[in-house]
Amino acid sequence: MIAAFLDSTAAMIVLTGVLVGVSGALLGTFLVLGGRAMLTDAISHAIVFGIIVVWLLTRQMAGPVQVIGAAAAGMLTVLLSEALARTRLVRTDAAIGLVFPALFSAGVILIALNARNVHIDTESVLLGEIGFVWLETVTVAGLRVPVAVLTLAAVLAVNLAFVLGFWKELKLATFDPVLAAALGFAPGLMFHALLALTSVTAVAAFDAVGAVLFIAFVIVPPATGFLLTRRVGRMAGLAVGLAAASAGAGYALAVRWDVSIAGMMALMTGVFFTLALLLAPDQGLIARALHLRAERAANDARTLVAHLFTHQHTAAMDAENTARALIEHLRWPEARARAAILSGLDRDLVRREGPLLWLTEKGQAMARGIFDPAGRGTG
Amino acid sequence: MTAVLEALGLLFQPGIVQTVVLGAALLGGLAGALGAFAVLRQQSLLGDALSHATLPGVCLGFLVAGSRDLGAILLGAFLAGGLAALSIMLITRATRLKTDAALGIVLSVFFAAGVVLLTVAQGQPGAAQAGLSTFLFGQAAAILRTDLWIMSGVAALAAGTLAALWKEVKLVTFDPDYARALGLPVLLIEGVVTLLIALAIVVGLQLAGVILMVALLIAPAAAARQWVRSLGAMVWLSAGLGAAAGITGALISATGRGLSTGPVVVLVASALVLASMLLAPERGLIWRWGRAARARRGIAGRRVLAAFHGLAEAHDDPAYPTEEGMLTTLIGRPGPGVMERLERDGMIRRVDHPPETTRHWELTERGHDRAKRDQGGRP
Repeated sequence: MIAAFLDSTAAMIVLTGVLVGVSGALLGTFLVLGGRAMLTDAISHAIVFGIIVVWLLTRQMAGPVQVIGAAAAGMLTVLLSEALARTRLVRTDAAIGLVFPALFSAGVILIALNARNVHIDTESVLLGEIGFVWLETVTVAGLRVPVAVLTLAAVLAVNLAFVLGFWKELKLATFDPVLAAALGFAPGLMFHALLALTSVTAVAAFDAVGAVLFIAFVIVPPATGFLLTRRVGRMAGLAVGLAAASAGAGYALAVRWDVSIAGMMALMTGVFFTLALLLAPDQGLIARALHLRAERAANDARTLVAHLFTHQHTAAMDAENTARALIEHLRWPEARARAAILSGLDRDLVRREGPLLWLTEKGQAMARGIFDPAGRGTG
Repeated sequence: MTAVLEALGLLFQPGIVQTVVLGAALLGGLAGALGAFAVLRQQSLLGDALSHATLPGVCLGFLVAGSRDLGAILLGAFLAGGLAALSIMLITRATRLKTDAALGIVLSVFFAAGVVLLTVAQGQPGAAQAGLSTFLFGQAAAILRTDLWIMSGVAALAAGTLAALWKEVKLVTFDPDYARALGLPVLLIEGVVTLLIALAIVVGLQLAGVILMVALLIAPAAAARQWVRSLGAMVWLSAGLGAAAGITGALISATGRGLSTGPVVVLVASALVLASMLLAPERGLIWRWGRAARARRGIAGRRVLAAFHGLAEAHDDPAYPTEEGMLTTLIGRPGPGVMERLERDGMIRRVDHPPETTRHWELTERGHDRAKRDQGGRP
């Protein structure tokens, strides 16, 4: 059965996508929370340089030495950007934006110059070739396993061990770096380790999804999880689940429409994000719009009750306690005045007598609550 | 050598190369000029996100027009860039996600959509896909004579807007709070600047490609910033450096060998940044290192003089011979060349103090004067 699973092209492609997504989402959770998401962008571009240099030196693509060597280019970007920003000649954002394009350009030029010998062309650098990952296999315990799956599984194991092993330390370094430093947890080192693992993951994922789509797998599922919960553990869990779901759904849609598989998987992370942005229970745009509307209606009801209470039993009552006065004196649009009165009638705060509006017992109690919240009596 | 000759040969063929050089100068100059604002407003990475995000627009423009129609492609790219800018604004304003997460989400998801559309476009008959992939890494050789008119139009539009709003843009760039206090429509002006940056990105795509456009935007500006201190000078110099990088890159890539223009332009621009950071007067690193070394030497010399002067005063003997080891005990070993320099400047002189054979010094008249002055007239 395992052999049949490993022989299934579709299963291998989806598995590769899931492994990329899950490994990325685990690290991305803390990168997004720590405000370092755009370093993923820098890293994933820069590893192109590392990959081609390692290939030119060793004539090999796979293997632990190759992966770590190529990942060094990712860390090189991080450290160079930091050094450049420390000279204070350019700001941090410009420093990042200067270093990684230079390394990426050098990588692309090296690839173009060695085009005859390297089996990566500059276009697959960007798009990945997840559809072909099953072509290169190794035999492990009598089973033929795609090299990419094996590498990514190893990387996932390392990432998982790191995140679970340093869970508390990562949380502390993310939310209170000053306290973390005071307690001796070296938050800077923690994030450098996180970025180093991001580099390694980017290299392992490179053949499958290329340099740019990888960013989507790292940043977008954690950001989606962030919208849905306020707890780190749940955010990481959601991110992992969403990343896996994006890989599965992306593959199905890509096959159906005959488009780029890696592109569709990455696009699906965006679809989930958009859904969460709209529909998230507390922070979603729709929930917030509804909340805002409810709040506005409640305020209108309070204003109406206060207005009627002020003028009730005064000489101006005939003029003030009417729908007209709301429109002319409070300058409410007609629809707003009507909605406020209707909801007042519904909630039994107001009753109507001809054109006049009277507060009911309940309405008067509410008004007294507004003007005299402590209930001391107004003398 | 042959490559250089080839380039020169191409240069003298009217037509194609003239077009390419003109186009590269125009695009590099425009990107450089507007990039100054991206750098000064710390929006370098926004430039990166917007340039990646134009890819779906490029593909859609191509799909709608059905051919490589630059007008349609640029319009599509501009709309996609604008939508990306709005999405970033929406995410940062409506959620608690940080700006860098918003940038990463928009960058990667839009790019993924672009990759998906790219596979759709490549399935299209017409075989103009070759034209499309030049937008990934840039290909100055693909610039047509008719394209120059569109580019000149955009450049004129950008330059005109900038000239008309110069004072306002300058104020909003450096002190948005003050601009707001003056009653300027800050949000609108910021929007116009972002729009201009998007415009520069869009027209620059042909030269640098969606991946590397950010470098063409910020590298000339970062280099220019090192040399000048006024906004006007920075914009002009940045435009000049951008044009120079554009022309150089276009010519090198036109010599064949299958190099895309983007990476070459970016490496040229990066070299300009590096040179500027090292060499710029006052600000540059070499000046700074020189200044620091001079200051260190000066302090070391003054400490020696102070120590000698103190010993002379304590012994009531202006010609008190101080021994090498005594000096080391008092202030540590003076750096290399410190004693020699003081001797050369006539501050101290070597004396013999038999029967001891170690080195001894005494302060000269000048040395005493200098030490007293350094003490700030303390008795």
